[in-house]
Amino acid sequence: MLDEYFRQYGVIAIFAALAVAVPAGMLIISWLLSVLKIRPNNPSTVKNSIYECGFETITERWSNFNFRYYSIALLFVIFDVEVVFLFPWAASFGTMSVQFGAYVFIEMAIFIGILILGWLYAWKKGSLEWS
Amino acid sequence: MTLSEVFIILAKAVILMLSVSFVVLLLTYAERKALARIQQRMGPTRVGFRGILQPVADALKLITKEDILPTWADKGIYWLAPIAVFVPAFLMWVTIPVAQQVVVENLDLGLLYIVAISVLSVLGLVMAGWGSANKWAVMGGLRAAGQLISYEIPFIMAILGVVMLAQSLDLTEVVTQQNSVPFALVQPLGLFIFLTSALAELGRTPFDIHHAESEVVGGPFVEYSGAHWSIFFLAEYMNTFTIAVLTVLLFLGGWSWPIMPFDGFLHTTLSAIWLLLKTSAVIWLIFWIRGTYPRLRIDQLMAFGWKMLVPLSFLNILMTAVVLFYSIPLWVLTCLSGIFLVAAVYIIRFSASSSMERETIRLISAKELRSKVGIPPLETGGKPE
Repeated sequence: MLDEYFRQYGVIAIFAALAVAVPAGMLIISWLLSVLKIRPNNPSTVKNSIYECGFETITERWSNFNFRYYSIALLFVIFDVEVVFLFPWAASFGTMSVQFGAYVFIEMAIFIGILILGWLYAWKKGSLEWS
Repeated sequence: MTLSEVFIILAKAVILMLSVSFVVLLLTYAERKALARIQQRMGPTRVGFRGILQPVADALKLITKEDILPTWADKGIYWLAPIAVFVPAFLMWVTIPVAQQVVVENLDLGLLYIVAISVLSVLGLVMAGWGSANKWAVMGGLRAAGQLISYEIPFIMAILGVVMLAQSLDLTEVVTQQNSVPFALVQPLGLFIFLTSALAELGRTPFDIHHAESEVVGGPFVEYSGAHWSIFFLAEYMNTFTIAVLTVLLFLGGWSWPIMPFDGFLHTTLSAIWLLLKTSAVIWLIFWIRGTYPRLRIDQLMAFGWKMLVPLSFLNILMTAVVLFYSIPLWVLTCLSGIFLVAAVYIIRFSASSSMERETIRLISAKELRSKVGIPPLETGGKPE
């Protein structure tokens, strides 16, 4: 059982290695082609400047960004954690409802209900509005 | 794990990579042809028979193109970003079956794994935006983050609905459960939520605000060129294919529905072909949507995700739970789900926030205008009008 468990991690690790190797290989091939002078590589100040609307970029390279992204991210974390709790419940809903009866259903309804209350509060507070 | 086992898995992974890359090449061609058809153009015609070799030519062009590294860019992040997008796109394929028993590794928690891996591509997009040190790119990266995490919740919830029906997180088991009835018929609402949020996860039109060409000129990819850009491209199409396959596996009955009477080798081959046929139908649907709908604004997109899809996905789960708990026949769930789907489409179509003020342009003839404004008729050279 435990061997099987670690074996699956091994499979994923091999896949991950290949998934890193292929794009890295493409980048290396592209670099080799430039070394072999097959693909052009003539950097210049203008070419390597930041793409803009026709002007040179002014102020900082990394500008400030809107606070709304933070509130969306916070909401996402809450809901995502909730979903993690829902996964085992959903997968064993059938067996558990035979074993524990209505308890299983009501408990999750309360859990989701609390979240819906929170979601309504967030809506009321305007965190879901973009404009 | 012995060395030979490692080699077998590596061989499987390489075969998978090659076949998925081949599919991606086909998809780029298919998309250009499909969009051309919708827009009454020809699409690629020059390279090979009816332009069939166009993707190969594109790949060669991209790899021999100059790879520009902007002076201001954060070099490490800039270089790593394409890889960070590509890795999750490919890692999902570990546990996606194409036929009974034809899967690299059938994880018991397959769906949880897929959900967990699919979120990681946000990281690559944000890295690409941040590393480019371009304002468009930073904006695009942040938009990608906002959009992808918002639509992740309905996406997972729609999968949860399927998990409840199948009582398993194992994809092969999910398909086996659909032998008689595909879950699309049991949960039409779930299919709608899944497809919509999957389109947003892919960043395809109408949800492509993070690389919207007319707003943020390509978003996170604005500074990329050559081999770097081709990796993003590859990952994007790979994701499209993955989502289409997942839609078929989760909702359209995979290879087993409606019938797959053979067994042995014939069963496997026919299953794979049947699955790919269904997948291509879903892919055409995705292309069709891209060719038909205009892009949403960012506030519409966020509102649609949080105010529409999130409550609908909660509703979907609660309905499924009630029906399963009281052992109500499944057609009741179909009816309920269908009613809510129609209601949802009605609200989307007619709600005040989603309908835009349309400027109506009325075409009137010059003659009518002349009579209205009172412009004297043009000299027609003596000929009667």
